[in-house]
Amino acid sequence: MAKKKIRIRAKLKGDVAEVKALMSHPMETGLRKNKKTGKKIPAHFIKEVICEHKGNKVLVANWSVAVSKNPYLSFKFKGAAKGDMVKISWSDNKGSTASAEAKIG
Amino acid sequence: MKRRTFLKGTVAGGMLGVAASAGLLAPRMVLAAWPEKAFKAKTVDDALNALLGTSDLSESGDIKIKAPDIAENGAVVPITVSTDMKADSISVVIAKNPSPLACSFDLGSNTLGFVSTRVKMGKTSDLIAVVKSGGKLHSAKKTVKVTIGGCGG
Repeated sequence: MAKKKIRIRAKLKGDVAEVKALMSHPMETGLRKNKKTGKKIPAHFIKEVICEHKGNKVLVANWSVAVSKNPYLSFKFKGAAKGDMVKISWSDNKGSTASAEAKIG
Repeated sequence: MKRRTFLKGTVAGGMLGVAASAGLLAPRMVLAAWPEKAFKAKTVDDALNALLGTSDLSESGDIKIKAPDIAENGAVVPITVSTDMKADSISVVIAKNPSPLACSFDLGSNTLGFVSTRVKMGKTSDLIAVVKSGGKLHSAKKTVKVTIGGCGG
């Protein structure tokens, strides 16, 4: 469970909410080899990230293995008010999922 | 050890006012939407055709790519794409990666043309940002030099 973590910070600047999120995930490419055994390390990566505000999808990200380990994501959207919640959830190629919510400050 | 880091993370998260509801709220699975073919494609044109239906790009000065000129570590290349256009989607393509399409973002109607993330680059390559706006594809390019690759280790 330790890996299923998302940290979100959301701030309102004028009428634009800026959201920054940091997820912890190995983002294994499937191309790397274990140096001791010479075997390939299987791919393990986040495929989809969904960011929601009041039930509306503000951003849907489709990712490949080319996104760095412990992915960082930032985006901006309009129409939010202070105290609103932003929800971010991801799912990876092994079927794991995680989600977290944060208040816009 | 894992439990300890988890607890620490939860406490830190709590202080930031973050509701860490790890794993409790399962997101609705929309896996079918993941464009597998586009991500498996080996060339830029194939990837764009599979993802957006065309590889017909028009260069636009209205797309800004913020990325380093020289990336010391190809495993972590920070990139920010921004545009003033009303963007429906923003995709990032790394021309010389084994699979060029790195990530793609579908933007909601209230979302600004701005995304920032970190990507891996195998070697020195062009970064291409593709913005879909009003049914057309606009693009901008930036070359990033990589001194240590991020793929394959």
